[in-house]
Amino acid sequence: MELLEVKNLRTYFDTQEGEYKAVDDASFSLNYGEALGLVGESGCGKTTCALSIAKLLPKEGRVKGGEIFLEGIDVVKLSDEKVREKRWKEVSIIFQGAMNALNPVMRVGDQIAEAIVLHENIKKEEALKRAGDLFELVEMPRERIKNYPHEFSGGMKQRAMIAMALALNPKLVIGDEPTTALDVMVQAQILNLLEKLRKELNMGLILITHDLSILSETCDKIAVMYAGKVVESGTVDDIFKHTSHPYTQRLIACFPNVGKDKEIPDEIKGTPPNMFNPPTGCSFHPRCHMAIEICKVKEPPAVSLGSSHCSFCHRAKEIFNG
Amino acid sequence: MDKNIIEVKDLKVHFEVKKSFSQDVLGKGKKLLRAIDGISLNIREGEIYSLVGESGCGKTTTGKALLGLVKPTSGKVLYKGADINNLDKHKAKDFRRKAQMIYQDPYQSMNPRDTIMDIVAEALDVNHLVKTEKERTERVNEALVQAGLFPPKDYSYRYPHELSGGQRQRVVIAGAIIMNPEFIVADEPVSMLDASIRTGILKLMLDLREKEKLTYLFITHDLSLSWLVSDRIAIMYLGKIMEEGLSDDIIKRGLHPYTKALTAIMPIPGAKRKEKRDVLPGEAPNPLMEVTGCKFASRCPIAKPICLKEEPQLREVAKGHFCACHFV
Repeated sequence: MELLEVKNLRTYFDTQEGEYKAVDDASFSLNYGEALGLVGESGCGKTTCALSIAKLLPKEGRVKGGEIFLEGIDVVKLSDEKVREKRWKEVSIIFQGAMNALNPVMRVGDQIAEAIVLHENIKKEEALKRAGDLFELVEMPRERIKNYPHEFSGGMKQRAMIAMALALNPKLVIGDEPTTALDVMVQAQILNLLEKLRKELNMGLILITHDLSILSETCDKIAVMYAGKVVESGTVDDIFKHTSHPYTQRLIACFPNVGKDKEIPDEIKGTPPNMFNPPTGCSFHPRCHMAIEICKVKEPPAVSLGSSHCSFCHRAKEIFNG
Repeated sequence: MDKNIIEVKDLKVHFEVKKSFSQDVLGKGKKLLRAIDGISLNIREGEIYSLVGESGCGKTTTGKALLGLVKPTSGKVLYKGADINNLDKHKAKDFRRKAQMIYQDPYQSMNPRDTIMDIVAEALDVNHLVKTEKERTERVNEALVQAGLFPPKDYSYRYPHELSGGQRQRVVIAGAIIMNPEFIVADEPVSMLDASIRTGILKLMLDLREKEKLTYLFITHDLSLSWLVSDRIAIMYLGKIMEEGLSDDIIKRGLHPYTKALTAIMPIPGAKRKEKRDVLPGEAPNPLMEVTGCKFASRCPIAKPICLKEEPQLREVAKGHFCACHFV
């Protein structure tokens, strides 16, 4: 049994202007101890996927269709009560912008202990001791749990957020752009830490980012999202060496070929579609350099290119074979 | 390309930081924050010169000092040979027109209640450079087209929130080039943008350099981007330049241990790493601390006792390649 299986997830938001299709048919899966990178431009539905898995959607959002199996149990169907028990114990999230995610008027240790006390029937002293252990796990001195967030640097706040996410030994941790606001050196430190923890604790990790370049070093699998859909998924090698979707090709091409060719790569022209009214056929066709007639009218099916590799493109086989 | 447009001579910018009210009353606790602690550099006409370093290393302060937006504690900034902090009123105004800045965050650097037209035209209005409404519209349209926002009428009467991040950054660039500048300080112009549109903005910057004969100071923390666009790169650490040279020299033949640490962690898409990343421990120390000797010594993997005593000077180690380290 896989740790997480997301099947044809559709998450829509009800707004005054109508139904916003933030996630529109996304599927991916993850096993224990594995790391999955979820990558795409802003607004492609990465964070909404994460919120759907943890059932933390705002009140306008709802899962319209699809299934999310966490250890075989469909969390979509669970009652709020049940989810509250599971959340943080089984799934936890490291939120984007650690700078702003901590309560500024509460000691960091107390914030971590709060989560532990709420879920487990233990005394606060004991919870604080656990918080100290967690700080050591994320390579910080344990006495720092007595500090307030403003006494921490950006990297330390992010470490504290990771400690908080690990407080109840979750099986799955979702990092939503955990390093975007950090310096390059600190980013590398945090990625090292996440990798170490994942292996030590055998937990599943979903890394959400728009920066494809950090994924190949950190993840086992990658799912590329565009306009609410997973358009290509596979192992790191599948995605980088046997790229089979034009969008993935263009995303990879956006990064400089350091030390080799000093040509500035092309950006992906145009903007992601308006999800109130996504284009017919393949939602990438207006920006695609390989689009043909069929792309405008027919939604591309899943094309399997190997045991783990899958692309949603009419010309996937063609691209795959070069 | 050989003429210097900007010359910086032993520039220092120190800020006084007050500790707390009580300490202030007692007249103590004033500390010096050495944002820039003695740097010298030249930027040649038509060049793109990059400043790379971690947050708090003084990159942005340097950019501001080069535009005269912060006053130096000591040292000089010369623009075409004239000290920018010692210009008469008329020349100072002229300098303000010729030297412009592009800020990092296109989400916060624009007034949300102004139309794009007003935002781009602001510098014209403030300086009374246009007389008629027609001329103003023409100038704005021209700048928008130059910044790649075509057709301009689709943009000029919209508000910032209606545009995407990349389009906003183009508006910011239009607002800078409308003054026909010669020198632009671009402070992390793409770090808030999605990876997929970054290169479009960089291409625009390079195009404008060709067409408008611009010179750039490009401030970034991303070594790979700085390599891509710039002619020369300077690596900064705690208010000091650690290494300076041609961009290829820095990336491929970097000599300073700090440069090496930065290139080692540069993520490369598709490359798998077998061993752990070689990461420097800790974070850059607080610039409030007084450091004798080499500023980088506390994190340096090859530091020796001499590094704690004597500060290494920036010296030429190969033609056009400067490095400040005792062991290079």
